[in-house]
Amino acid sequence: MSSTTLPATARVPAVRDDALLRATRRRLLISRIIAHGALILGVLIVAFPIWMTLVGSTHDAATIGRGDVPLLPGLHATENYATAWNEGGGRTRTTPASIMLWNSLLMAVLIAVGKIAISILSAYAVVFFSFPGRMAAFWAIFITLMLPVEVRIIPTFQVIVDLNLGNTWAGLVIPLIASATATLLFRQFFLTIPDEFVEAAKIDGAGPLRFLKDVVLPLSLTNIAALFVILFIYGWNQYLWPLLIINDRSMETIVVGLSKMIGSGDSQNEWNTIMATAVLALLPPVLVVALMQRWFVRGLTETEK
Amino acid sequence: MATLSLRDVRKSFGATQVLHGIELDVADGELVVIVGASGCGKSTLLRIVAGLETATSGQVVINGRDVTELEPADRDIAMVFQNYALYPHMSVFGNMAYGLKIRGMGKAEIEKRVKAAAEILGIGPLLDRKPKQLSGGQRQRVAMGRAIVREPALFLFDEPLSNLDAKLRVQMRAEIRRLQRRLGVTSLFVTHDQVEAMTLGDRLVVMNAGRAAQVAPPMEIFERPADTYVAGFIGSPAMNFIPATLDQGNASARLSDGTLIRFADGPRPGEAGMPLTLGLRPEHVETGDGPDSLPLAVELIEPLGSETVVHGRAASGMAVTARLQGAFSGESLPVRLTPTHLHVFDAETGRRLEP
Ligand SMILES: Nc1ncnc2c1ncn2[C@@H]1O[C@H](COP(=O)(O)OP(=O)(O)O)[C@@H](O)[C@H]1O
Ligand SMILES: [Mg+2]
Repeated sequence: MSSTTLPATARVPAVRDDALLRATRRRLLISRIIAHGALILGVLIVAFPIWMTLVGSTHDAATIGRGDVPLLPGLHATENYATAWNEGGGRTRTTPASIMLWNSLLMAVLIAVGKIAISILSAYAVVFFSFPGRMAAFWAIFITLMLPVEVRIIPTFQVIVDLNLGNTWAGLVIPLIASATATLLFRQFFLTIPDEFVEAAKIDGAGPLRFLKDVVLPLSLTNIAALFVILFIYGWNQYLWPLLIINDRSMETIVVGLSKMIGSGDSQNEWNTIMATAVLALLPPVLVVALMQRWFVRGLTETEK
Repeated sequence: MATLSLRDVRKSFGATQVLHGIELDVADGELVVIVGASGCGKSTLLRIVAGLETATSGQVVINGRDVTELEPADRDIAMVFQNYALYPHMSVFGNMAYGLKIRGMGKAEIEKRVKAAAEILGIGPLLDRKPKQLSGGQRQRVAMGRAIVREPALFLFDEPLSNLDAKLRVQMRAEIRRLQRRLGVTSLFVTHDQVEAMTLGDRLVVMNAGRAAQVAPPMEIFERPADTYVAGFIGSPAMNFIPATLDQGNASARLSDGTLIRFADGPRPGEAGMPLTLGLRPEHVETGDGPDSLPLAVELIEPLGSETVVHGRAASGMAVTARLQGAFSGESLPVRLTPTHLHVFDAETGRRLEP
């Protein structure tokens, strides 16, 4: 280099045959290929079973029954989905998917809304009020975290049966609502709400319920949305408890119904209808996630203050 | 409008006592500044007045009425918080209107009051914005606006300017002063900044560890500080303190190196030989050679533009700070501890000794 300063507007001329630049570009390309390759492989692994299910739901029973596993869609989609939706599958003609989907939807929404309502109230009490036994209450809630539904299923079943709540929506939903995860998350979020808001509200004359409605809930919206998605899917996927508590076929949920469609082995399963039902069972959670994705991500990653 | 009286207000958090019996009377329309170092209990006192904290004992009287047990909303006060505490999901209008809405005021009246306050504060065009879309100074104004629309008997400010940058702080300080004058609302203002306190207050309460060390107008506090804490806290750079003893029939102080300084304003009460603390503000340290001058070895020079602060040390090891007009440079500075502006304190109690 003859001089170290350049005229104000001049650009540095490209170095011819720049080995460093070429090496850098090559390295970048390779790392991109590796990254994309890994991602594509991951997607394939996850997506393949779903693809198989989708394909399976478009062939007739005989094709799958023969043991062929087709990789491309067939021509029987309409009739398979119609059967699943209107009549249900299996030799026994189980509950139609339309009813089971509605049941599952109702259960999942009730569980999600119920859990959110209860945990907001209890977290609100634990964070914003000082009352005797506050920490005891908090720890009591916290400890229930260590007892998932499956662990306490026998006593819970006994209680629900004694209360004559078997085969009812209340019996199905209430035991699943009682859990602490959401309470804990709301507590953590409420703790980040500055004390000054509480004090400003006191001076403004807002009582506790008013403060909850006007300040705390609006500030929690993204968290509520995120939790709704998580809890909806949690509720949707419930299997053991609905299996125990619901005998009435008209109240059967789709996750339970789906597994009942698969026979114990001696009879031929109608895999085409089963797979159509499985695809239908997938749709609502996927829709909820897709529709609430924006809120969901925000609620998990940022706190708006 | 309103007066405020505090009667022997005490506060303990568990075993630690934070306030040790505060007495204060604030006249109608007066702005009293509570100033003191961080942690001395200023906020606690203000929050007791607001009703956000309950006093362990004592009385809060607003306009002749004992409000000690009333809810904050029923005390007819408004408070401006250090971080403004604006509700983030409400617009500026919503924030200012919220308290009025809860009180069940009519829509038209709310609109009128908020518009009027926004006009006064120059935030009219911002009414539809969210707090997040405002600058620090604008948020500060909205917080003020929220207080003004309430038309309260008492304004309470808890360090409302300390989140602003230096220039804006000076500007908002003047604005708060003008506004308070114009509205004539009795106000309590908490700050740790002594310049803010001096410029804002009709009177200051200088707090030291939960006690009101002195309650007086700013210039009286500056000219006749009640004790060494107040003397050292108010004024920048801080006052020089020089240990001495009472001598010569109580008419003079003797320094450790034997120098005698005769009190200009008369003898002090006390026994001969009693330990004293002499106080002399840096701007009252005179310079120049003379028979009684004290040579300082210069340790640090801080040029402030129109004046220069010189930190030096005398041969006896005594540190002296002097504030000189104009620029200064040099290794040594001869100073005289002239008696005219000397403050005399009892070294044991720290109390001021008057002639
Ligand atoms: N809720 C509280 N519980 C326990 N101690 C407190 C509480 N609030 C304040 N204090 C203590 O009281 C003292 C005074 O606090 P504060 O009034 O906030 O001081 P300042 O506003 O003058 O900085 C501090 O030592 C602080 O730790
Ligand atoms: Mg404070």
